[in-house]
Amino acid sequence: MLSLPNVLAGIVLVSLTAYVLFGGADFGGGVWYLLASGPRRAQQREVIAKAIAPVWEANHVWLILAIVLLFTCFPRAFAVIAIGLHIPLTLMLIGIVLRGSAFVFQSYGGGGGRVFATASLVTPVLLGMCVGAVASGTVWWGVRDGSFVTSFIGSWLTPFAFAVGVFTLACFAFLAAVYLTLEPKDAQLQEDFRTRALLAGLAVVVLAAIGLAVFPEAPSVHAGIIALTAAAALTAFWSLWRRRYRIARATAAAEVVFIVWGWAVAQYPYLVPPDLTIVDAASPRVTLELVLTAVLVGAVVLFPSLLYLMRVFKGNRALKGRLGDDAHP
Amino acid sequence: MSDVLAARSQMAVSLAFHIIFAVIGIAMPVLMVIAERRWQRTRDPVYLDLAKRWARGTAILFAVGAVSGTVLSFELGLLWPRFMELAGPIIGMPFSLEGFAFFTEAIFLGVYLYGWEKVSPRAHLLAGVLVALSGVASGIFVVIANAWMNTPTGFTFANGSFSNIDPIAAMATPAAFPQTLHMTLAAYAATGLGVAGIHAFLLRKNPTSAFHRAALTIGLLVGAPAAVLQPISGDIAARYVARRQPVKLAAMEALYETRAGAPMTIGPGIKIPYALSLLAFHDPHAVVQGLDDVPRDEWPNVSLVHLSFDVMVALGTYMALVGLWAGWLALRKRDFATRRSFLGALAIAAPCGFLAVEAGWMVTELGRQPWVIFGILKTADAVTPMPGLIVPFAVITLLYCGLAVVVGVVLYRQIIQSPGV
Repeated sequence: MLSLPNVLAGIVLVSLTAYVLFGGADFGGGVWYLLASGPRRAQQREVIAKAIAPVWEANHVWLILAIVLLFTCFPRAFAVIAIGLHIPLTLMLIGIVLRGSAFVFQSYGGGGGRVFATASLVTPVLLGMCVGAVASGTVWWGVRDGSFVTSFIGSWLTPFAFAVGVFTLACFAFLAAVYLTLEPKDAQLQEDFRTRALLAGLAVVVLAAIGLAVFPEAPSVHAGIIALTAAAALTAFWSLWRRRYRIARATAAAEVVFIVWGWAVAQYPYLVPPDLTIVDAASPRVTLELVLTAVLVGAVVLFPSLLYLMRVFKGNRALKGRLGDDAHP
Repeated sequence: MSDVLAARSQMAVSLAFHIIFAVIGIAMPVLMVIAERRWQRTRDPVYLDLAKRWARGTAILFAVGAVSGTVLSFELGLLWPRFMELAGPIIGMPFSLEGFAFFTEAIFLGVYLYGWEKVSPRAHLLAGVLVALSGVASGIFVVIANAWMNTPTGFTFANGSFSNIDPIAAMATPAAFPQTLHMTLAAYAATGLGVAGIHAFLLRKNPTSAFHRAALTIGLLVGAPAAVLQPISGDIAARYVARRQPVKLAAMEALYETRAGAPMTIGPGIKIPYALSLLAFHDPHAVVQGLDDVPRDEWPNVSLVHLSFDVMVALGTYMALVGLWAGWLALRKRDFATRRSFLGALAIAAPCGFLAVEAGWMVTELGRQPWVIFGILKTADAVTPMPGLIVPFAVITLLYCGLAVVVGVVLYRQIIQSPGV
């Protein structure tokens, strides 16, 4: 179980999970930027932009790390995914480019808020569709029967993959709304994000239930993990209801972690189902050992730096959030 | 357009776009940190204004660099899955290290850009220094991966697959040192003279501006020494190419026949006797291998490689001369800002470094063709089986053209325009 390939697959999964928790929330922020409404529409947008600005690039690097570790440690899996999902991955990249550059343009007065928000809506759906295609075991190596449609479109343009895409968007929007409750000083703005968090949280639960019931290709998630996810979701709802935003942040993040790991555990030992396993795809041992060493050394630099970043930009406001909790017992 | 050509073109457009932002991302933090240090020492508000404007510019360019770099890391597999499947275990290592360096860069750039009022002045400056250091490290790691494609080492190759893989030996590939040195200096020379050149242009219109004067000085401080040293690193690089990739050198110099005492060809027809032997081997009578040593189907595109090489050398030489001129003026303690001829020459140098970087990458990438891993794997055998690659090529090209225009407009409005003082 604790073999070298499994450990590295675990590290790739951790990077991907971190991307979902942090980078995903930045996309979710873009969704709420798009859906900003009511009397405090402009203030909502301001809070979102301020929350994302200092951290989104660092958050984005988790995706690059996941990809780089994937192609170093599991090159065959990377090749299979890159061939079979060429089209949605390219579309996702366009979304990433538009989201990132439009965001920085609007931060510096160049306009582009609408492009940023729209790209934030579309990109997570495409990311989710790629994950859905991998999970349902329809991604093939190259041209199997010679047909363009079955090889390059049929694997990902499925109702299931689309459902996973929408579900991913709901998860990102949920995370963002929960995190955003801790950002503003203004209590009314906090309420705005609380409402959004409750709605998005509900959407996550409903979509998950429908998805698992309707689609036969949905991964069969371990019952224990479903229980953990449900417990985290209930606690997140309870703490949002009681305006305990720090608890809500931790439990919402936990809920999404359980969702991602539920998928990973369900398809273990396959990296790209139906036939490419972690062991089959793994690089030679020497590469895996070196990468593991690099990751351990890198983590010594990375984690203190990340903590410092989060403390500088999220520390004070997080503290105020707790004071806010006490004000609404 | 064949799928291989479309894939190569898409990779070329993506690299050509990204490299500008990468180069600025490596060197700009150095300028920013120098300006901030000067502000902390002198309390002259011009330096604070500069540091803040440059930080804003870096923020915009870094963001575009980060997303276009993401595109490239995916494109390695989207376009060349067979290459990545073979090479991933060997050269994944520098990419992984680059991942961590880039992480550090992004984290401390966040602290630098948004932490002016949140961290102490010393911590702020230190964040800038860390951005500059991790920027150089990222660049070096990525160039090492490219160097391996030129001089692949650290494996045994038989029956279409690698065995006895040694990723450390792969990183110590012979091309690594000359390429990383040449690229790092290029980043400082292009960005430093680019900034100095823009402000030289503006100083000609507005000679009393303390803002432009300070910007020009810091730009020269970074750019001029790098521009002067670059021909030396170019010589090191050329001599290594002569030994390790003689076909590439033959294409660079349009040398069709192997011969002793080889002349250097400039442009289509000017020949300088013995010069190529002298430059490549530091011996006027040395034998230089010509294109005729390899079959015709293993030649790169000679006219393009040769043209790109000449363009790079011409631009680099011009920049080195401008750098020497700046050094001469500085030694004699003359004021740069009042020398209109020098300012004119410097303004012309502003785009030169970036054009030279593009031309230089054309030389090294086109010069390696038809190979993606030199001598091991042909580019045509590495391409994805996905048909219709002209479509993503067209889409990415349009996207980047549009983005380039927007970046230009935003930068001009935000950074370069004179402040109202």
